[in-house]
Amino acid sequence: MKQKFNNVTSSCVPLPIENIDTDQIIPARFLKATSREGFGENLFRDWRFDDKGNPIASFPLNNPRYSGQILVAGKNFGCGSSREHAAWAIADYGFRVVVSTFFADIHKNNELNNFVLPVVISEPFLASLFETIEANPKAQVSVDLPSQTITNLATGVSEHFDINPYKKHCLLNGLDDIDYLLSNRDKILEYENK
Amino acid sequence: MNTLFDKIWDSHVVAKVDDGPTQLYIDRHYCHEVTSPQAFDGLRRRGLKVFRPERTYCSPDHNIPTVNQDKPIADMVSRQQVEQLTKNAGEFGLTLFPLGHPRNGIIHVIGPENGLTLPGYTIVCGDSHTSTHGAFGAVAFGIGTSEVEMVLASQCILQAKPKTMRITVDGTLSPGVTAKDIALYIIAKMTTGGATGYFVEYAGEAIRALSMEGRMTLCNMSIEMGARGGLIAPDEVTFEYCKRRPYSPKGEEWEKAVAYWRTLPSGDDAVFDKEIRFDAADIRPRVTYGTNPGMGIAVDEPVPDCPSEADEQEKASFEKSLAYMGFKSGNSIEGTKVDYVFLGSCTNGRLDDFRQFASIVKGRKKHPEVTAWLVPGSWEVLNQVKEEGLDKIIEEAGFEIRQPGCSACLAMNDDKVPAGCLAVSTSNRNFEGRQGPGARTVLASPLTAAAAAVTGVITNPLNLI
Repeated sequence: MKQKFNNVTSSCVPLPIENIDTDQIIPARFLKATSREGFGENLFRDWRFDDKGNPIASFPLNNPRYSGQILVAGKNFGCGSSREHAAWAIADYGFRVVVSTFFADIHKNNELNNFVLPVVISEPFLASLFETIEANPKAQVSVDLPSQTITNLATGVSEHFDINPYKKHCLLNGLDDIDYLLSNRDKILEYENK
Repeated sequence: MNTLFDKIWDSHVVAKVDDGPTQLYIDRHYCHEVTSPQAFDGLRRRGLKVFRPERTYCSPDHNIPTVNQDKPIADMVSRQQVEQLTKNAGEFGLTLFPLGHPRNGIIHVIGPENGLTLPGYTIVCGDSHTSTHGAFGAVAFGIGTSEVEMVLASQCILQAKPKTMRITVDGTLSPGVTAKDIALYIIAKMTTGGATGYFVEYAGEAIRALSMEGRMTLCNMSIEMGARGGLIAPDEVTFEYCKRRPYSPKGEEWEKAVAYWRTLPSGDDAVFDKEIRFDAADIRPRVTYGTNPGMGIAVDEPVPDCPSEADEQEKASFEKSLAYMGFKSGNSIEGTKVDYVFLGSCTNGRLDDFRQFASIVKGRKKHPEVTAWLVPGSWEVLNQVKEEGLDKIIEEAGFEIRQPGCSACLAMNDDKVPAGCLAVSTSNRNFEGRQGPGARTVLASPLTAAAAAVTGVITNPLNLI
């Protein structure tokens, strides 16, 4: 799972829907696995497939026009259940970046802990990005972590995005929080003895 | 500063990462079978033990059937996940309340009733409804599985400190209006993402008047407006509830604990990043009409139009919701045929909730076309229901009470609402397919659920009181 993140330049898959909850990203009946692998095949299961398992043609993930490593979604992405399976499904499917105007707190942490980068952009940037993708599904977007910049290469418009400096360091270097916490054992013992 | 939240948070800071999150010490960690197996695997891969095994308590709840719990779980995949929790708890030396154990139940129900949840604590669990425990004046929040692994490995978690918000509900609730209605009212006002980034303290006369069960219902649903958590200052109601629980402090330790808990409430000079006020008199019995908990109305109000100022995505999302639910703007929701009724979950699966349900169905009969699942949150809740004789009232009305678990709240077991059917549910989420693929969920209080169960249609419970 640990994977260094630097720059992703890719076409995008658009999901212009708001409040996409983690039950949609990965329905509860698929949470029974005890490993982290294989969740991608059920990503957006009930939006992607009908009750007989046939792909629903109108859903963007089934539309051959759209592909890429960047998922672009409406505001409040990942609300609801804390299930990290949602982040595993997104990563397993092949997305490395999710772009929205804001993310639910738990899901945002889950993405970061799986080296998927949640990029928070302004409403005008998102609206323009959806228009760009609609006009040209192969339009490229560049997400650069070192400079914290997202660029719509079709329009040339860039925007700065925020990320906690510590998390940025973790992503750039492929480190996770447990590495950090274990290195801090003395401080934990000190706290407990206070 | 000087808020209840700040006091608890600040007293649990182990270290601050430069330019980064806080390393927070966790007093209590709850574990269920769905979000923990990968965390235990992670420990094995790293060759780690659980750092403080005495601080973690495990109970299987999500996958378990609500009938025949004495028999092996029929669904092999569910059974394997539940057995995995047993194996992990054994291997890592953690306390487990397994299936059939008198203390088994939904983790957010058994934590409080066993005195494992106490004021002033930091509490986490790989479950977004961990916010429930905030009812005791604890900082409690849901985490992902990587974070579960962090807590198991170090009893700490790295978290950015959220902003603080106080939501004050003044005045007194009208009869027939419950904690669930307060929650659904607040979430509708705030919207489903409106409290993202905040930890919410609930205050005011209407909140103080709630029972512990009511407070848990309200704090439970904090996550449904995006809040990191919700909490309520501990008071005599809290202390009375915590007293003499199996794991709560005893004797001198109890006195010391209460003295400390009394120092926790937000000071008069406390400053919140955001303050919001509501009036209890404005709250009527509530239902949801859409596919997120923020899409709610009073049961006697028509389904609203999409706000005229909404942008394209918002309009598309609103229309998608209504199309899924089969509701139309401007139409009344009362009188809609109901196929299923679910009483239970970590939101409304406690004694108070069964009391409310019983108060409506007493002397009435279950509607023949309604399938009703009444699922206590724990064996302890079921015992209390029987002690009060509520089971007799409920059974005389034609209902049966099942065995404890999360059940139809997220339909990971066999309690699935069939596609297209409409359920009035006391649970916490009305997302598409939440209660089974294609199922349509209307969230409501136990009173409103009971009213639907006896009339067969969505009904204002005030008409039956």
